[in-house]
Amino acid sequence: MKVNKEQMVEKQGYRLHILPSKKYKTINIVAKFKSDLKKEWMTKRALLPMVLQKATKNHPSARSLQSALENLYGTVLSSDSTKKGENHVISFRMEVANEAYLRTETSLLKQALELFHEVIFEPKVEQGAFDEKIFSREKQTLEQKITSIKDEKMSYANMRLIDEMCKDEPYSLHVHGYLDDLKALDSKELYEYYQHFITNDLLDVYVIGDFEADAIEEMIDGCFTREAGDNTAVDQESPHKHVEEPKEIIEEDDLNQGKLHLGFRTHTTFGDEDYYALQIFNGLFGGFPSSKLFMNVREKHSLAYYAASRFESHKGLLLVFSGIDPNNYDQAKTIILEQMDAMKKGDFTEEEVEQTKELVVNQLLETMDNSQGLIEILYHQVLSKHQIEAEELIDRIRKVTHKEVADVASKLELDTIYFLTSRKEGGEQ
Amino acid sequence: MEELVYEQMKEKIYTETLDNGLKVFLLSKPEMAKTYGIFATNYGSIDQTFIPIGSNETVTVPEGIAHFLEHKLFEKEDRDVFQDFTKQGASANAFTSFTKTAYLFSATNQIEKNVTTLLDFVQDPYFSDQSVEKEKGIIAQEIRMYDDQADWRSFFGTIQSLYHKHPVRVDIAGTVESIQEITKEDLYTCYETFYHPSNMTLFIAGNIEPTEMMELVRKNQGQKSFSPSPEIGRSYPEEPAEVAKKFNSIEMPVTTSKCMVGIKEKVSGLSGKEILRAELLSSMILGHYFSKSGEFYEELYNSDLIDDSFHFETDLDKEFGFTILGGDSRNPEKLAERVKEMLHQLREEKVSEEDFERMKRKKIGQFLRAMNSMEFIANQFTQYHLLGVDLFDVLPEIESLTVKDAEEYLENWIQEDHIAVFQIKPSKQG
Repeated sequence: MKVNKEQMVEKQGYRLHILPSKKYKTINIVAKFKSDLKKEWMTKRALLPMVLQKATKNHPSARSLQSALENLYGTVLSSDSTKKGENHVISFRMEVANEAYLRTETSLLKQALELFHEVIFEPKVEQGAFDEKIFSREKQTLEQKITSIKDEKMSYANMRLIDEMCKDEPYSLHVHGYLDDLKALDSKELYEYYQHFITNDLLDVYVIGDFEADAIEEMIDGCFTREAGDNTAVDQESPHKHVEEPKEIIEEDDLNQGKLHLGFRTHTTFGDEDYYALQIFNGLFGGFPSSKLFMNVREKHSLAYYAASRFESHKGLLLVFSGIDPNNYDQAKTIILEQMDAMKKGDFTEEEVEQTKELVVNQLLETMDNSQGLIEILYHQVLSKHQIEAEELIDRIRKVTHKEVADVASKLELDTIYFLTSRKEGGEQ
Repeated sequence: MEELVYEQMKEKIYTETLDNGLKVFLLSKPEMAKTYGIFATNYGSIDQTFIPIGSNETVTVPEGIAHFLEHKLFEKEDRDVFQDFTKQGASANAFTSFTKTAYLFSATNQIEKNVTTLLDFVQDPYFSDQSVEKEKGIIAQEIRMYDDQADWRSFFGTIQSLYHKHPVRVDIAGTVESIQEITKEDLYTCYETFYHPSNMTLFIAGNIEPTEMMELVRKNQGQKSFSPSPEIGRSYPEEPAEVAKKFNSIEMPVTTSKCMVGIKEKVSGLSGKEILRAELLSSMILGHYFSKSGEFYEELYNSDLIDDSFHFETDLDKEFGFTILGGDSRNPEKLAERVKEMLHQLREEKVSEEDFERMKRKKIGQFLRAMNSMEFIANQFTQYHLLGVDLFDVLPEIESLTVKDAEEYLENWIQEDHIAVFQIKPSKQG
């Protein structure tokens, strides 16, 4: 099997994960900072990566920083904030050409690593605050991002579903932050938070590409140091919340196609014994074009172009989403729930289970062919504190039985149905 | 079987044109778990008017038919082909572009079976009145989904402003109305005309043994009989050089306006190699001035005319070509005005050796990144092959470009009547 093995080394203030691989013509470096999800941090953590990738101590403007990256053979730098279960993760990513394919001999990787370190650890700071101009421009950009969430109907409907479903849980916090918090934020306060973040977040650094592991480690030791405090992140156990009564929420918007999203509680997370069965469940139910949802909502009843499901590995959610004609709400909802009932009753064949196992394994192997995909898979282990080798992961998937899938299905609870539909002509009903 | 060796890229491609005209390309990458196969026909949404095989008269088929046909090839009399791939642990998909319809799969095992399935299902159409009717509902929802996406609307809105008549201005999926007219007979007409092996390419990349794979394909094709390869008579309307509409705007329920500036590119008479060079130069130049490192980007960003959504793209083909720049803007009028001024200013620009070196380096890095993806290699290789260009020659081609090439390009690029502006404004809330 062609699975990359990682070498993990504890360093001063971070963990270094080295992944030598012949698959790529570039080298990828990813730094992942993890903290708890807290309302008061959300806006700051959304803004922070935006400000940091605009300027550094030695490259005081976005243009100068980008020019430096371009000189390093179009090295790409990006950064984002995400929620993973009840954790907040800020990732910095850099992709640099492997010198083996260039006609020139340079110390490309070393220069790129130094720049990467500088972006994260040496921002442009004046009198204990981020550069005022950069700060206020990025603040404006974030404001725009928050107000235009509504323009992207699928992600808006997903956000609204989570709002309603996880109302009093940290998971419902918005990853882009909040307008009120943003308005009140100044560059000094953000810099103060930055200092907290840079010392206290849990940091994992991944390097992947075609190189000698020892040489890379030495190079990173040379330019990557961190004076870290103790990681203060408290491991937030996602409480297994049971549903008393499923909610149904219908909202109106200016749109042609209604967005029907359903949220279920799985009570299963990464590292649990039945996590592998949940993956198969999702594959059978809505993960592939051969799945129940696609076959019934789309192929049999022509109600939708897409009808699918996915699960959140650390929070224990299964989300169903479909784009339908506003008039077909009841029919589509009924079909989706019927398919779920059939799954709970074990109404699927051994053969389907076997096929789905192969599809899930195939998907996993394909994801591991991709450098960013592989890092995301490996990072699950950090998030869940559960170590599992890629081979074992695949092995466990292959061992899932029909009964285990039905069992995991029967644990699923419908929590919320959310429907974003078109405005009714003439206003009132 | 011919071997193409690319030393700098450390890659090797095996190729053969089979007796029935099918062009096969194999790229062996044993370090990968995955194998990716794409079977594509040189037929897309712009091929609306043509002389059907076995006929003398030109016909015009309904808009969106190439895409409709793509959907319908997956359905057979007794089954759905997605299920066949599923049973073999593969995931399958398809897409239709302006000039190409492609069917693809990826898998990590049972590769021979999956390749056979790919070849067989595309070469064995089954269309019935009933299944054609059923598909109309699904595709209507696909079109509606895109109708709600402001980015898609702004892309097509811009192309519609650039082109008067050329079918590139028609949405690839057609319209909810146009697809209603599609019949089983139309589908067979298009299929027979455009799915002849001589109009198609097969590219397989990944964990394969090339000699065995080529033999498998050869055998599979040898078992099937095809008519002698037809000459396909395609026609495209006469298209003026200037744009159709210099300015247009629509309203949609968005919070922020969108503003796109389109450039209608001159492509007629260009060779494949010239198209490639133009594509490289235009993306390097746009990257130099309008990406985050650029002088123009910096000005637009700092004066709050653009945000992170600002992007640009160039698409050049034998029959059409366009460049589009733009994104969200709080002041779309001012943005359109400034971008147009900047584009005109390019004619006078001088490029320093140092800047040009940076533009080249950036492009080289971008190319190497793309080469990590077998999907990119397979899709792009076949695309370029149609133009008579070799994808793996892109790197030496970039290296050979000079400041003089860039300045010549700049001098001749921008003309006022080749520019169109398209905007989306927030609709008044009811």
